[in-house]
Amino acid sequence: MKIHVKNGHVIDPANGIDAQKDVFIAAGRIVGVGAAPGSFAANRVIDATGLVVCPGLIDLSARLREPGYEYKATLESEMAAAVAGGVTSLVCPPDTDPVLDEPGLVEMLKHRARNLASAHVYPLGALTVGLAGERLTEMAELFEAGCIAFSQANAQVTDTRVLMRALQYAATFGYKVWLQPEDSYLARDGVAHEGEVATRLGLPGIPVCAETIALSRLLALVRETGVAMHFRRISSAAGLEAVAEAKAEGLPVSCDISINHLHLCEQDIGYFNPHARLIPPLRTSADREALRQGLAGGTVDALCSDHTPVDDDAKQLPFGEAEAGATGLELLLPLTLKWAGELQLPLVKALARITSDPARVLGIQAGHLAVDAPADVCIFDPHGNYKVSASTLKSQGKNTPFLGADLSGRVRYTLIEGHVAYDSGR
Amino acid sequence: MHNPQLNKDGALQHLLTIDGLPREILNAILDTAAPFTEVAEREVKKLPLLRGKSIFNLFFENSTRTRTTFEIAAKRLSADVINLNIGTSSASKGESLLDTVDNLCAMQADMFVVRHAMSGAPFLMAKHLADTRQEHIHVINAGDGRHAHPTQGLLDMYTIRHYKKDFTRLVVAIVGDVLHSRVARSQIGALTTLGVPEVRVIGPKTLIPADADRLGVRVFHDMRAGLKDVDVVMMLRLQNERMQGALLPSPQEFFKYYGLTVDKLACARPDAIVMHPGPMNRGVEIDSAVADGQHAVILPQVTFGIAVRMAVMCMLAGS
Repeated sequence: MKIHVKNGHVIDPANGIDAQKDVFIAAGRIVGVGAAPGSFAANRVIDATGLVVCPGLIDLSARLREPGYEYKATLESEMAAAVAGGVTSLVCPPDTDPVLDEPGLVEMLKHRARNLASAHVYPLGALTVGLAGERLTEMAELFEAGCIAFSQANAQVTDTRVLMRALQYAATFGYKVWLQPEDSYLARDGVAHEGEVATRLGLPGIPVCAETIALSRLLALVRETGVAMHFRRISSAAGLEAVAEAKAEGLPVSCDISINHLHLCEQDIGYFNPHARLIPPLRTSADREALRQGLAGGTVDALCSDHTPVDDDAKQLPFGEAEAGATGLELLLPLTLKWAGELQLPLVKALARITSDPARVLGIQAGHLAVDAPADVCIFDPHGNYKVSASTLKSQGKNTPFLGADLSGRVRYTLIEGHVAYDSGR
Repeated sequence: MHNPQLNKDGALQHLLTIDGLPREILNAILDTAAPFTEVAEREVKKLPLLRGKSIFNLFFENSTRTRTTFEIAAKRLSADVINLNIGTSSASKGESLLDTVDNLCAMQADMFVVRHAMSGAPFLMAKHLADTRQEHIHVINAGDGRHAHPTQGLLDMYTIRHYKKDFTRLVVAIVGDVLHSRVARSQIGALTTLGVPEVRVIGPKTLIPADADRLGVRVFHDMRAGLKDVDVVMMLRLQNERMQGALLPSPQEFFKYYGLTVDKLACARPDAIVMHPGPMNRGVEIDSAVADGQHAVILPQVTFGIAVRMAVMCMLAGS
């Protein structure tokens, strides 16, 4: 299949391209940007007039809910949501049921995903068996089976000795470890940021120091073990400051934030809106502002959807009992554009945070449109407006605090290795 | 953001929390309650205002006092009252809150009086009733988690108004476990809405919630300083399970520093009144000499509570 993407505005942050150019694709790869290679004869021409052509998005956290939670979502539904959102690579955390702590499970997941010929799936293997924080998993075997790094998802390793051993072991093989910086004692029973809103609503709080204390502990272990660490879902200004200092010190660390924390704060809980029940909790507007600036400045390496489809039954409960999480794969692009618009950032800079930067965190050859790169491409209408509703979402999870929001940025085509995985006209 | 307890005309649809209710509505409830206090003194303690209405007391958490006062209030208004103690009912079989609500709606409920251990549960019910277009069914929050206990807050306001007349010249102190207290949150909301110029909270740092000052209160950790020149002292109940552990070392030490004694009460104004939502822990948060003393208005609170609950029920469901 040879595709000629015509008249589009190419934005390729990794290569500093921000101009109207044609893109030529053959045999699953980019074969030309601007000029067609000699003897190129397209089977298909995509007219991208008025549209942006950028690398397919890379989402550092999307729960696909398989295995074990098929009543919340299936691989089919969530992979359809991914490509509808322009996402061509995604990382799935290991908190499935059973947990991704055995090579067979990872192989099965990779196999099922490959058969769908959709977005590339990069599983995170469990750092400890059952995420219980007690015994190490067979990390090398899991890596061979296709795990990109190791994580505890939202769970913690409370025993610091076990944690240090796990990090030493991962460092032995050069594996990166992705952890959520949250002190489990301080976060215990908490469901909202410990501050004005939680106080007013009588919700058990999680203080900011749950994040900063966890970060100090993890950073001390990074220094001790030399492991490369990625911090998932930083939520506070103070937490971000700790990451910035660690980076300045030269430690091998990176971090991400979610689209929810980029745009929302504790006030968005309103009258106990269960869609605003998230991990980590939404914090103050000052924290949100720090995250927005941190993402622009690069202290935050990447923006992710933290896609977590939840069934209605698990959300139609009192706030504290409602399952945490929000659907997000289809909102990653529009919410990136919203942030860029509000901060008046050029798209070439903003899109880096969902393309080339997460690729760097993952260490994969993706997220750019250079000749010879895999033809994972997102083509979107930056001015296409729509209202988020249950019916516009392809994900099985309709749970998002952005229901009812007017957003712009509609994906028109998503290409994965040179085939059209999503076409909004179909 | 739309306040879910008001209908589109701004009238009271449910009573879920004091927060966000305008002063006029609070005053209207207190004014409506006033004549109901006399009903209790009649030989026939009944009014026909809610005749034919079915009121479900839906208690997911144990309570004797609050449930009883709601029951008396409803019966004095001639309503039919059905008590459900869910601890012994469907929830223990796994039925969800909203399934329980749907089933009771199918039995033609007119009003739910709900107590639940989770903050926000009555909001979930109210939203569900709106989503299923059953706006004719009303919800009264009889206490949700740490969040709110609005009828308690209102009966406390009724009591203060009865003894002190004017809210706008008062200094009021709330003492004890503010962190876990839905009563305190409703009191603070009501006092600030009704124009009390100075509301204080007093307790050790472990029992004062984060950013409490953002609720419009002054925080004191020294009880004597906090009680200085106050007109009203509102004591809170300290739950047994919180008396020893990571929040407090012992009930004895709590009593020594935060228990209301005659000696500490002397810091307040000579005509100060002392309130307590009950049930009291004598010798933990309050000394018997105070609880039974001349400043205490704790039993009148209970009496007024019935009138206030009658008023709320009438305003919601009365024709």
